[in-house]
Amino acid sequence: MTALTQAAPTQAKQRAQRRHMSDGALVRLFIFPTLIILILWNVFPLFYSLYLSFTRYSVIANRAPEWIGFSNYTAILSRPTFWQSFATTGVYALLSVGLQTVLGFSLAMLLRQKFKGSGFITTLTLIPMMLSPVVVGMFWKLIYNPSYGIFNFLLNPTNPRLATDMLANPVSAMLAVVIVDVWMWTPFVMLLCLSGLNAIPDYLYEAAAIDRASAWFQFRRITLPQVAPLLLIAVLFRTIEAIKAFDLMMGLTGGGPGKSTETVSIALYRLAFSGQFNTGQASALAYIVLIIIICISNVYIRYLNKLRGE
Amino acid sequence: MATITLQQVEKKFGSAYAVQPMDLTIQDGEFVVLLGPSGCGKTTTLRMISGLEAVTSGKILLNGRDVTWLHPSERDIAFVFQFFALYPHLTARENVAFPLQAQSVPRDEVTKRVNEVLKLLQIEHLANSRPAALSGGDQQRIALARALVRRPSAFLMDEPLGALDAEFRETMRAEIKRLHLSINATTVYVTHDQVEAMAMSDRIVVMSAAVVQQVGTPAEVYYDPANLFVARFIGSPGMNLLKGRYSEGVVSFGGSKRLPVPAAWRAAVDQVTQGGGELIVGFRPEAASVRADGELEATVYASDLHGGFSMLHLDLGHENPIVHVRASRQEIYPIDALVRFSLDPNMVRFFDPRTEKALQPVAEVAL
Repeated sequence: MTALTQAAPTQAKQRAQRRHMSDGALVRLFIFPTLIILILWNVFPLFYSLYLSFTRYSVIANRAPEWIGFSNYTAILSRPTFWQSFATTGVYALLSVGLQTVLGFSLAMLLRQKFKGSGFITTLTLIPMMLSPVVVGMFWKLIYNPSYGIFNFLLNPTNPRLATDMLANPVSAMLAVVIVDVWMWTPFVMLLCLSGLNAIPDYLYEAAAIDRASAWFQFRRITLPQVAPLLLIAVLFRTIEAIKAFDLMMGLTGGGPGKSTETVSIALYRLAFSGQFNTGQASALAYIVLIIIICISNVYIRYLNKLRGE
Repeated sequence: MATITLQQVEKKFGSAYAVQPMDLTIQDGEFVVLLGPSGCGKTTTLRMISGLEAVTSGKILLNGRDVTWLHPSERDIAFVFQFFALYPHLTARENVAFPLQAQSVPRDEVTKRVNEVLKLLQIEHLANSRPAALSGGDQQRIALARALVRRPSAFLMDEPLGALDAEFRETMRAEIKRLHLSINATTVYVTHDQVEAMAMSDRIVVMSAAVVQQVGTPAEVYYDPANLFVARFIGSPGMNLLKGRYSEGVVSFGGSKRLPVPAAWRAAVDQVTQGGGELIVGFRPEAASVRADGELEATVYASDLHGGFSMLHLDLGHENPIVHVRASRQEIYPIDALVRFSLDPNMVRFFDPRTEKALQPVAEVAL
């Protein structure tokens, strides 16, 4: 009797072990599908486009890629229009990231104080970030419309038509795109800064009060260094995004007027998918952008590590 | 250097008292310990003195100057926190320099004064480390250095040793005491550790349940507790407290256990019990001595060796609590053995069971 009752659970256990896989097998089962998809969609194109960047090749021509060495790179770097698109991207990144940093940090300092409805307001300010960039481009186009848009009405309430048409003038078009990007992404910088500010323990400010530090001294010597790592991460993310900026311009200006808002990404898009479909040169340009982003990120990360450790 | 005066200072959170109205004067150069169990209001009192916490009512004077509503930075006091509160992104040296830089002290002088303090506390070798890389003891040394470097008129310390290992605590206790003796600055020190309070203080303020129970020197608090709370709280173990019935100069604890009341106390005891009634007798473990002709009889409940001496736990029977008595290390008392002990008449105290307050010997009052 006792032997029977003991045997039954042991058998059940063995059966269960046969049915179930080991932990390792289970881990592999979950990882492999993702890994295969990643290799097909990310790793393979990455290396294939690197190969294509050294060839003369067009996806619409029925010809095999022809190896031409660094010719694509020299062609791009010697053409002034590309340098102009780099400059446009730089100006855009500098303006929008700079403004986002200042505004985002200031907003975070304001929303750090808890008041009635501060949680609700914080949530509200995050809404622009959640919209699709193309949608944002479309409705800001309406806002900027010189005849019936609210932006020009605010610029000149009596006769909106007399105010500048934001999207028609090269300088104001750049400004218009920057304004939209700042409107959309300041909440992101604010969110990271806010979490950084909230993580500063109160006792540091108590100690500073005892140490007779003025509000400005506390801000400079405690608040800023404590938030700096998160602020820097926000700036890094936004800089990378700004260098890759594409959808917002596409929706708002299409790169115009003229080439005034044509960033590298738009130049790249034109090279790859309109007119000659110059796949080889487009790949080379994509790699140049990648190298620039890696260099900038490295500078940031190095500075970040210096802030954290030493 | 400063005197600190608290006049009817109180703190309420909602309708609950964190600190009931208290008066206290701390003399220049004095080392005063606020002692009590957690939640008794001692830290709140300290934070009110520092200005980190606003008073509900009452006045705080520093050197006669009313600072009740001044910001902590305007009070010229230094505060040492239980969990150090060092600036984590600054090195030890930068932490110590912080209060000077905040006051725009010239660079040369900052360097000079920081070096002096680091040398005084013997932590020069830690100057370039960040707090996270240091032990609790070293972090607290840096926090002390940061407090010292300013040369404030008073030091407030909130359980500075509370977060340290037992081993470190002894060393740091000695260091803080030495420091106090060498600079002789007014210090208010909060702790829940009565050994620490005894060892370091000039005066102890015993607090419990938001109320000051007694203010006195360590000896006063130990030998003459003002009430039953202080009697139980101070000392380890606390004072032995036996409830008995008093009549005609003798307290009886059931059966034949009787204790004659010393002559100095008789008038006071007579007055409180109105000639006869319940009375609480208190004595410290070292007030009792085991001897063949002792007036009280008990059985040994347990005995344990405390290194230099043994502690006997004696059962008097008749629902009396276990009594702790100090005995010589050499003698061995088997469990359940019958022993007799007597009490030193100078070290016996009496308490009124209704008010829980200590009685005062009438003879002393007459003096």
